Amino acid sequence: MTSFPLLSLLVFLPIASALALFLFPAGSRRAIRWFALAVSAASLALSAAAYLAYDLPAGGYQLEEYLEWIPRWGIGYHVGVNGISLPLVLLTGIVMFTGVLISRGIDERPREFFAFLFLLAGGVFGVFVSLDLFLLFFFYEIAVFPMYLLIALWGWPKTREYAAMKLTLYLFLGSMVALIGALVLVFSTTPATFDLIRLEAAGFPADLQRTVFPFVFLGFAVLGGLFPFHNWSPDGHVAAPTAVSMFHAGVLMKLGAFAALRVGILLLPEGARFHMPWILILALVNVLYGAFIAMVQTDFKYVIGFSSVSHMGLVMLGFATLNSDGLLGASLQMFSHGVMTALFFAVVGMVYDRTHTREISALGGLARKMPLAALAFIVGALASMGMPGFSGFVAEFPVFLGVWQTRPAAAVAAAVGIVVTAAYILLVVRRVFFGAMSAEHDRIVSGIRVKDSIALILLMCILIGMGVYPAWIATLAESGVQSVMRVLGN
Amino acid sequence: MTEFFSHHLLSLILWTPALAAALLFLLPDRGRILKVFAVGASLIPLGLTMAVWVGYDGAQAGFQFAERAPWYPAIGAEYFLAVDGLSIPLILLTAVLTPVALLAAAGVREKVRAFLALFLLLETGILGVFLSLDLLLFFIFWEVSLVPMYFLIQSWGGEKRDGAALKFLLYTMGASLGLLLAIQVIRIAAGSFDLTVLAERWPALRMGSLGGVQIPTLKFLTFWGMAVAFLVKLPVWPFHTWLPDAHTEAPTAGSMILAGVLLKMGGYGLIRLLLPLFPAEAARFSPLLAALAAAAIVLGALAAWSQNDFKRLVAYSSVAHMGFVVLGVAAGASLGADTAAGSLALRGASLQMFTHGLSAAGMFLLVGALYDRAHTRNLEELGGLFRRAPLYGGILTFTAMASLGLPGLAGFVSELMVILGSFAAFPLAVAAAAVGLFFTGAYILKAVGRVLHGALPDRWKDAPLEIGIRERLAVAPLMILMLVTGLWPEWILEMIGTAIR
Repeated sequence: MTSFPLLSLLVFLPIASALALFLFPAGSRRAIRWFALAVSAASLALSAAAYLAYDLPAGGYQLEEYLEWIPRWGIGYHVGVNGISLPLVLLTGIVMFTGVLISRGIDERPREFFAFLFLLAGGVFGVFVSLDLFLLFFFYEIAVFPMYLLIALWGWPKTREYAAMKLTLYLFLGSMVALIGALVLVFSTTPATFDLIRLEAAGFPADLQRTVFPFVFLGFAVLGGLFPFHNWSPDGHVAAPTAVSMFHAGVLMKLGAFAALRVGILLLPEGARFHMPWILILALVNVLYGAFIAMVQTDFKYVIGFSSVSHMGLVMLGFATLNSDGLLGASLQMFSHGVMTALFFAVVGMVYDRTHTREISALGGLARKMPLAALAFIVGALASMGMPGFSGFVAEFPVFLGVWQTRPAAAVAAAVGIVVTAAYILLVVRRVFFGAMSAEHDRIVSGIRVKDSIALILLMCILIGMGVYPAWIATLAESGVQSVMRVLGN
Repeated sequence: MTEFFSHHLLSLILWTPALAAALLFLLPDRGRILKVFAVGASLIPLGLTMAVWVGYDGAQAGFQFAERAPWYPAIGAEYFLAVDGLSIPLILLTAVLTPVALLAAAGVREKVRAFLALFLLLETGILGVFLSLDLLLFFIFWEVSLVPMYFLIQSWGGEKRDGAALKFLLYTMGASLGLLLAIQVIRIAAGSFDLTVLAERWPALRMGSLGGVQIPTLKFLTFWGMAVAFLVKLPVWPFHTWLPDAHTEAPTAGSMILAGVLLKMGGYGLIRLLLPLFPAEAARFSPLLAALAAAAIVLGALAAWSQNDFKRLVAYSSVAHMGFVVLGVAAGASLGADTAAGSLALRGASLQMFTHGLSAAGMFLLVGALYDRAHTRNLEELGGLFRRAPLYGGILTFTAMASLGLPGLAGFVSELMVILGSFAAFPLAVAAAAVGLFFTGAYILKAVGRVLHGALPDRWKDAPLEIGIRERLAVAPLMILMLVTGLWPEWILEMIGTAIR
């Protein structure tokens, strides 16, 4: 199995397809769409294959590939997956496929749109499988850069330029700060190496770890939406076209959190232990502040944007515990939130395409016109409020178990977020999908398409499947967490 | 085949309604077919529950028909079902009330399929609470049962349904937070979700700390976290404010299940979780519980008395009746289940849950039947119905008397047992409860008098008001059970006695 370069295929299929798209004549929209759909389906199949190929009892990094690249600086092409990254690879496949499925509304330059989207996807896959720091940064920038164009060119005309610029500056600055920290680490090893496995084993001096950790962790945590650096994210979510919002909130924010764990916590465990008490407070602010701000939004899409800030706070909260329960929860929350928020943004997009408004007060009664979309949104809502039987509960519960063991008061405070979430999300469900519908909407709103339905059903099945029988993903995440715990020395 | 059947009896009971809910979507969208299918499907858990009742070995007592399977191994939660003499009567109650309520719901015309599916999912949720012996699994069903009820109220409820549904959900979900946090703390401190293990391990845990908080402090907090969740669900004064709105706005069948079994989840939680896990704390705080119970009995009855909306009156009566459950639990906690009086009070509380389930469901059914025909529930506008609808009048009188606690009918036995058992521990609360019983008589007679007697308003001189055949069919099993339990309570007390000696 190791001889087959599954992970490389996963990374380079979207990137090569992005280039191949330009072979199509710009006018052949139908062909472009079907090609895009085929590529995204193949990516989903490859990520599922990676999930199935992973030998769970053996654990550790698997499907590894190594090629020398720039040996003088200790840079290699080194990829592999473990229980932490594999769920995120699967998530990326799912979001990519469903995002393309619902992207029928892109009429302006679909060729370029899908090309940038695939470049983004390739970069994301790349980050998740990188076992080399240089490679990780390389893919990280590939993932962030197309975002600017996707939002600025295809986004919501009112705010797209502002949001795209804000997002890019935030993320660019964040990654620069992280890069500085990372380079300090690389060049304090002799001989210098970028290999993450070797850097993990390097055992940096405690002083150095404490100094460098904030740079690396916070630099990446910007993309994870950690308070007070979350500001770019709701604006970016809202301005982006639907498929990009799905990618953005569903996968890209996980990229930040994952890199913060991969480079920050795993390379600098002592630094993590030193700084985590105050990061825990920031994460708690994320959870509560995000939920309260979501509650007062009048724009449908902003509600979901701020809910992502709140939910990513739970990921950070799980990280901040540095114990196995908390990390397990964080890992599951990344997957669960990715699927859930992709579903949310897909439905928001479907509603906007039909009503041309996102003002909650102008919407109502849509369940009659688009019952499946309403059902999907309700399933997402139940998952987001941590209702047992849905994925959110399975993910949040271990986070809370972890927080109890470090800061009991924070567990109680974070629990308030659950009720606030339930309140705002149910209010949105009621106002948008139930109640009276305006006469104009009654006339113009049509049902959703078959492809939309397939995407929503797939996402719903995952949310419910994870809630009803969590073992299929939790056992994998647990094996990843165990390897993190070994690095942390417990 | 028979082996599979007997080893998975509880799973079959639990999942049949959910499966039936899914199958509804494969049937043609014709109201009649769907309704017949749903009622038929809901008879399966009833039949299986009877098999459990017969198969339960009373001589051995303890948990039986156990099923275990790994569920969420990463945090040690299991799919662990088992029943004993405490849960079996409540499972039977759920299995009886669901087909009865579905029969009563035959008048639903809008979105029939969704209504029936939600209703069957609700049954699975409630049954799960009574069947689970894993703390996390218990919590899952505890919360999940809220969702179908929320949508039942929101989509098929009365005029003020939106506010009532949201209030119901947020209020009870907020209250469940304490339960959730308590379960987390217990899991970390005692290392298990298994209730049979925890009953040994958690009360014995006295030393140590968790994240810098001492165990005794944690025990105090977790006790109240759990207690509040159960007391809100029950509900006991002053946590009852969600109930009148939810009951009044819910569709008839929803109110029947809400009052009939959903409230019992709170009482069941007190006896199944709180008493075994926190014997010392429960004994220490039992006077407070008894005081709340007495307040619920008196204030609930007074509030019911002052209502002019028939449905609201019945809703408030639930607060008063469920107060007896809390009173019995408080006495059991104070005296200990091993004393004669404490055991009597606890058995009374368990029986009260069953009997109130019957009478409350019956009352809501009758209120709904009246409202469907008269289109008002205002007691000021009603009157003289006995002459126009003698059968309805007879059934209402019978059910009201059972609710009032007339000797020979179900409510009498259980309330008497609670009062006798609690007297030694809380004489003042019992005295207050007796006053409450007096008011119960007052409001029941007020309701029956206003509806059935007096002058018949002109507008109903020619309107058909008599109860329909469907509703007669629905209410009949409830009346039989009320009468049988009133005359010969031993059939069920024997089962309860295997769990509480």
